[in-house]
Amino acid sequence: MTSLKRTGLYDAHLRSGGKIVAFAGWKMPVQYSSIIDEHQTVRTAAGMFDVSHMGEVLFSGPDALANIQMLVSNDISKLKPNRAVYTGMLYPGGTFVDDLLVYRLSEDTFLLVINAANTLKDYEWMRDNIRGNLVCENVTDQYTQIAVQGPNSIEILKKLTPVDLASIRYYRFERDSVAGVDSIISRTGYTGEPGFELYFDATFSDKVWDAVLETGNNFGLKPAGLGCRDTLRLEAGMALYGNDIDDQHTPLEAGLDWIVKLSKDDFIGKSALVEQLQKGLTRHLIGFELTERAIPRKGYEIFSGNEPIGEVTSGTLSITLGKPVGMGYVRHGFESLGTNIEIMVRGKKFPGRVVALPFYSRTRGN
Amino acid sequence: MNYPADFRYSKDHEWFKMIDDSTGAIGITHYAQDQLGDVVFVELPEIGKKLEKNDVFGVVESVKAAVDCYMPLSGEIIAINELIEKQADILNSDPHGEGWMIKVRIDNPDEGSDLMDKAAYLAFLEELE
Repeated sequence: MTSLKRTGLYDAHLRSGGKIVAFAGWKMPVQYSSIIDEHQTVRTAAGMFDVSHMGEVLFSGPDALANIQMLVSNDISKLKPNRAVYTGMLYPGGTFVDDLLVYRLSEDTFLLVINAANTLKDYEWMRDNIRGNLVCENVTDQYTQIAVQGPNSIEILKKLTPVDLASIRYYRFERDSVAGVDSIISRTGYTGEPGFELYFDATFSDKVWDAVLETGNNFGLKPAGLGCRDTLRLEAGMALYGNDIDDQHTPLEAGLDWIVKLSKDDFIGKSALVEQLQKGLTRHLIGFELTERAIPRKGYEIFSGNEPIGEVTSGTLSITLGKPVGMGYVRHGFESLGTNIEIMVRGKKFPGRVVALPFYSRTRGN
Repeated sequence: MNYPADFRYSKDHEWFKMIDDSTGAIGITHYAQDQLGDVVFVELPEIGKKLEKNDVFGVVESVKAAVDCYMPLSGEIIAINELIEKQADILNSDPHGEGWMIKVRIDNPDEGSDLMDKAAYLAFLEELE
């Protein structure tokens, strides 16, 4: 594992008893206590994740906006400074290079946050497709990113920053100090809980981490690993690149129509998506639940009777709901809510049905 | 963690314990459950089923992964642990005791000669680290 990268918080994870695994070229904590315990802690109190393995690319200059507009499917021109947007970056065929967050730091400065496993591929794609007066820089190693997620996250961070956190609405951010360190304080996350993602100079990794850990102690906060990050995002119905979205599927097939703005000027992949809409979609990403106890996993086949209709892309025994849930692609015609399906688990079919995403939503009162 | 001295251990991290001359109990080791993390589901064979050495006798699923469990010796299933079907996390809390998985009537005890004793298994785990 010598070639794997370490985040600025590697030693902090060892101090907290983190179990370290290889993930997307990094040595990351998969869990500290247990996935179930950390999952429940995020749902009921708060958890803190090191997500510094995520890639960050900084765009700046007069032509930054026009280039990002060409690279991504959502409309960045309407994005005001101090706001962020979720979007896709697509190949000419309309399938995903990656999914990402675009932060507008100022009129002509943008921070693009991308998946760890895709960082080099994305950066190369960006470099190959930009032109004009701008700088595009891979700043991944300069940033530490920490996600503080859960119902108690505001109360905890309140004690560490002068910003009025309650006034930061979803997908907006402020730039101010956290534990004395200049940070981007972003009201975003990947858990389905209220929370913040903090971006700051990697030199101060321990300072912020330790301060949140200490302050959070009184509010039930625990460090949380990548294991529960996956179970939390799945319950929240959020797609994971490499599972639910990839270079074989388009955002329309993934049900992410809202990140595709066909009304804006050209972007890479647009004509393919227009054509796909005209021809009609042949497959759809669905959410499903099983009525018997079995765990659907990536790659398992989906059936309607004896007919194979698709494949599972993510699945788990939902820790919050206590039942098996998953996502997967099915052929057109089988995507309606309530459709009966079966999942082949080790040679045996288990019945289930198509259900609405997300499986879990705090505002819905689960 | 205490690895009992009267158990024998496989490279797939199953343990085997002789109960009497012709029967034994089988489970997964502490190391196996620690690698898996939270166990949420266990699939066990039917009583009466005859399985060969290295056949899959069951599946243990954690939040992270599903792994097959292999017979350390050939034999017939004479009992399964119904408790762990209801409370799979016992495999995490007591893998060498309450978390036993199956009991078997073994065909030939000599088949277990390639299994490791405690010292050999601990040395094997050391190598894996």
